[in-house]
Amino acid sequence: MLTLKGLMTLVSGELLTPETDLETECSKVFASDLMSDVLTFMEPGSILMTGLVNAHVVRTARLVDVTAIIVVQGKRPDIKVINEAREHNVPIIATGCSMFEACSRISHSFTEGRR
Amino acid sequence: MTKDVVFKQEFPVKGSDFSRAGEVSCEIKNLLKELGLNAQVVRRAAIATYEAEMNIIMYAWQGTLILSVTPGRVRIVVEDSGPGIEDVALAMTEGYSTATEEMRELGFGAGMGLANIKKNADDFEITSEVGRGTRLDLTILTNGQRP
Repeated sequence: MLTLKGLMTLVSGELLTPETDLETECSKVFASDLMSDVLTFMEPGSILMTGLVNAHVVRTARLVDVTAIIVVQGKRPDIKVINEAREHNVPIIATGCSMFEACSRISHSFTEGRR
Repeated sequence: MTKDVVFKQEFPVKGSDFSRAGEVSCEIKNLLKELGLNAQVVRRAAIATYEAEMNIIMYAWQGTLILSVTPGRVRIVVEDSGPGIEDVALAMTEGYSTATEEMRELGFGAGMGLANIKKNADDFEITSEVGRGTRLDLTILTNGQRP
């Protein structure tokens, strides 16, 4: 089990939602740019790793009980999207890592539930 | 059954209104949570509703989601005015999609929507008339047990 703080360290991430409790634990990651797949296959409580930064990512996260969103590839959601995430307690972490690199770094620390 | 309804509300959805996509589904999810329903039931209803809402926004001109909750079931009826579906069986096939590039760039239109709605429902009916629109009627049992 990793905490969000641990995840941030692994991917050299930056927290975009300052009120996030970084001690929140997580044990599953789902990496996808396809929200259709997130809705179909992701387990509740997962970390959603994606290269998308639109408001639909936050709304999808709210609907399927995502623990946090990690945005890869150095992308940043605009302020409206970040504010919506903050308003609804959806943590967002931004990283300069590629999707592959971020998954690779995290997967070594998970013993179960990785995708 | 009407007298058993503990909650009923209609939610209009405008076609092509991508900026507000998902808002109705988030509202419905919050309402179901406030009613104290099982978390798994709320999640399944939220996913089915979101897929249906996205279908209206992506393909129809306008539509309505009608949510009604009774002690035993959550029922969601989705009616839209739109082009309808010519081959419903084909549209139900996972991976079949007529989505545009714009829809795909937003992360949708992978051809999983209708199949995913059916997967999350305990009872699911779809009817469609080309040139007029599509109607979905789905039920989720509140005890969380699949029949």
